[in-house]
Amino acid sequence: MTLQFHDETFRDDYTFHNSPEGIRRFPFPFDQDSYMYSVNLEPHAGGRAGSPFEKRFDVDEHYVAEMRDREITLRDDPLRCQSLPHMELAGWDFLELVMVSKSEDYPDLFELHRDGDRWHWINRPLGIEQRFTFLDATTLPCGPLEYITRQTQGDHALLDQREGNLWMDAGMITSQADWSLDFDIGMNFFEWHAPVPKANEMGVFQRALKFLLNLQQGAPTRRLNWTMTVNPRLDTSPENYHKWGPEKRTITPATVGSKQYLRVELQTLWRLPRSNAIAFPIRCYLCSLEDIVTVPKWGRRLHRVLRDLPDELAEYKGFAVNRPVIVDYLEQFDDGAETSPGIFPD
Amino acid sequence: MSAQMLRVTAREALSPLVTRFRFEHPEGAALPLFSGGAHVVVEMPDGDVLRRNAYSLISDPLDGSGYEIAVRREDGGRGGSVFLHRQVVVGDLLRISAPLNLFALDLRAKKHVMIAGGIGITPFVAQLKQLARLQMPFELHYAARSRAEAAGLALLPDLPQIHVHISDEGNRMDLGAVLGGQPLGTHVYTCGPEGLIDAVAETAARLGWPRGALHSEVFMAPPPGTPFTVTLARSGRTVTVGAHQSLLEALEAAQVPVDWSCRGGACGRCETGVSACHGQLEHHDHWLSDDEKSSQTKIMPCVSRFRGDTLILDL
Ligand code: HEM
Ligand code: FES
Repeated sequence: MTLQFHDETFRDDYTFHNSPEGIRRFPFPFDQDSYMYSVNLEPHAGGRAGSPFEKRFDVDEHYVAEMRDREITLRDDPLRCQSLPHMELAGWDFLELVMVSKSEDYPDLFELHRDGDRWHWINRPLGIEQRFTFLDATTLPCGPLEYITRQTQGDHALLDQREGNLWMDAGMITSQADWSLDFDIGMNFFEWHAPVPKANEMGVFQRALKFLLNLQQGAPTRRLNWTMTVNPRLDTSPENYHKWGPEKRTITPATVGSKQYLRVELQTLWRLPRSNAIAFPIRCYLCSLEDIVTVPKWGRRLHRVLRDLPDELAEYKGFAVNRPVIVDYLEQFDDGAETSPGIFPD
Repeated sequence: MSAQMLRVTAREALSPLVTRFRFEHPEGAALPLFSGGAHVVVEMPDGDVLRRNAYSLISDPLDGSGYEIAVRREDGGRGGSVFLHRQVVVGDLLRISAPLNLFALDLRAKKHVMIAGGIGITPFVAQLKQLARLQMPFELHYAARSRAEAAGLALLPDLPQIHVHISDEGNRMDLGAVLGGQPLGTHVYTCGPEGLIDAVAETAARLGWPRGALHSEVFMAPPPGTPFTVTLARSGRTVTVGAHQSLLEALEAAQVPVDWSCRGGACGRCETGVSACHGQLEHHDHWLSDDEKSSQTKIMPCVSRFRGDTLILDL
């Protein structure tokens, strides 16, 4: 399959859309009819052909448009990308991981030629060709983390590991679900997760951290997280809440199907070799409710999950105000039939 | 735990008790790079016992052509090091895990001071190579009883920042002098016997060092003890643990799956619930908190043992 990159926007006129194949491959996050936090980690070792789990770093039809949107966000607010000085080595590790993975997984789109430390990178979709010296930041237009994440879909956090904890000491965060790198930078695993309801009491974070501290190279792991977003907006940051918060009020029974999006994050975790840091790409997928319900299993299940979700979670995820309208809309697609196990369409 | 079969391509005696082994990929493929302080777990099929020991990597972290370890023969130990010394020859294939680092350099440091006692020199050998590449200031102090026992001498470069303290020669390490007068932002790393780690911690505390600037390799081999028996809550089975066997090894030999990573009481992976305990748990790990230890409701089977009437595990 050759990818057709969309010319589309994630702000203002919101021309973002999924193709029919884009809808079918959407990473629907619910494998049963109810949802609660858990340590939902599984090996990131491939997955169903064509699905977003197949490749190490999924590249899809939104790639070029997402990178353009990131550029706009960064132009207005350069602090969306930060790296504390000791994290430069981790930035190089991550650049290597992405370049090697993409050139192997998508040889038509990306090429990497290495002659010792002299590297030559070609990114066809974005029209980039770069010769540089690995581990020499003066040979790139910007730091290694910024360089590679301007060319990689999803937000990316780099975590330093020390004192039995993980520390958010670098990142490129422009498509976040209402949290801020500038606020979280330098925090540890428990500090940055503090706003999350229930999960801490359930022991989720303690168990997840223990697992991550032992994460091995070559054995990446993944999990899905989800929330709800009004309009296909990537930059739902606290910094710009004034731009997107009021849009929640535009949800009515007439608009909910087209304007309310299920937002899914495919989060992967990678141990990096030289720095011993962990890379945490947070890849965001958006799908409108009216597109979701074209898959009958998903329509039925999403209705049940959102109807029965504990209030604290709907509140935390920021859609409590619109939950009644959303659930009413979805109810018409739920005939009460049983749903099959797993996340994929029948 | 991801692992691969690697070929022994060299072995060399560094001292009467310490031997260096080199492993390479049988087809010459590059091995994953790592960071200084990382260890691998070596699997040793010794008769009908499968031994697994963790060893620090001493080769250059940025050289994927092979991995090297230095192994001290522990004649009173559980046999893994003796197996490597007596039975493993060049050409053998052994399963080696991917590197994992629980003793990494803190790259925020303005300067790195490393203190090694005896075989505790091994993680620093790789860290020195990493620091040289990163061009970061460092100082290493290596203490050994005698020159003959100081296997690390063969592994250390000849640099003015490296100080060797041989106690037989009356040149004992003076921790106050080592830690005093270091520039602000220095981090100190200690690897060696527990007494050395404690002494560094005490001296540093006395000199007002911030706790976050102290690092130590708490890694250790499972200590032997008296044999004991455990009962598994789910199946009702009993498993006997031999004097030179760890509880983890006994469970593995009985085909009871338990998650693990470091096998040295440091990583937390093997944590197991205790549903009943009539007797005394002998905690040897550095993972559980003091409260958890005294509550006798959790055990780390890779290093900890039991003495008493009944111990029932949530397995
Ligand atoms: C180490 C990499 C990770 C990073 C950098 C990270 C970061 C974050 C951040 C920034 C938030 C938003 C908190 C806020 O509201 O301000 C969050 C939420 C959350 N995280 Fe993580 N996280 C990581 C790993 C994990 C793992 C392994 C789990 C596994 C259980 C987890 C579970 C959660 C949950 C359940 C939420 C709430 C999400 C929601 O309901 O929308 N996180 N995380
Ligand atoms: S395996 Fe690491 S603590 Fe037991």
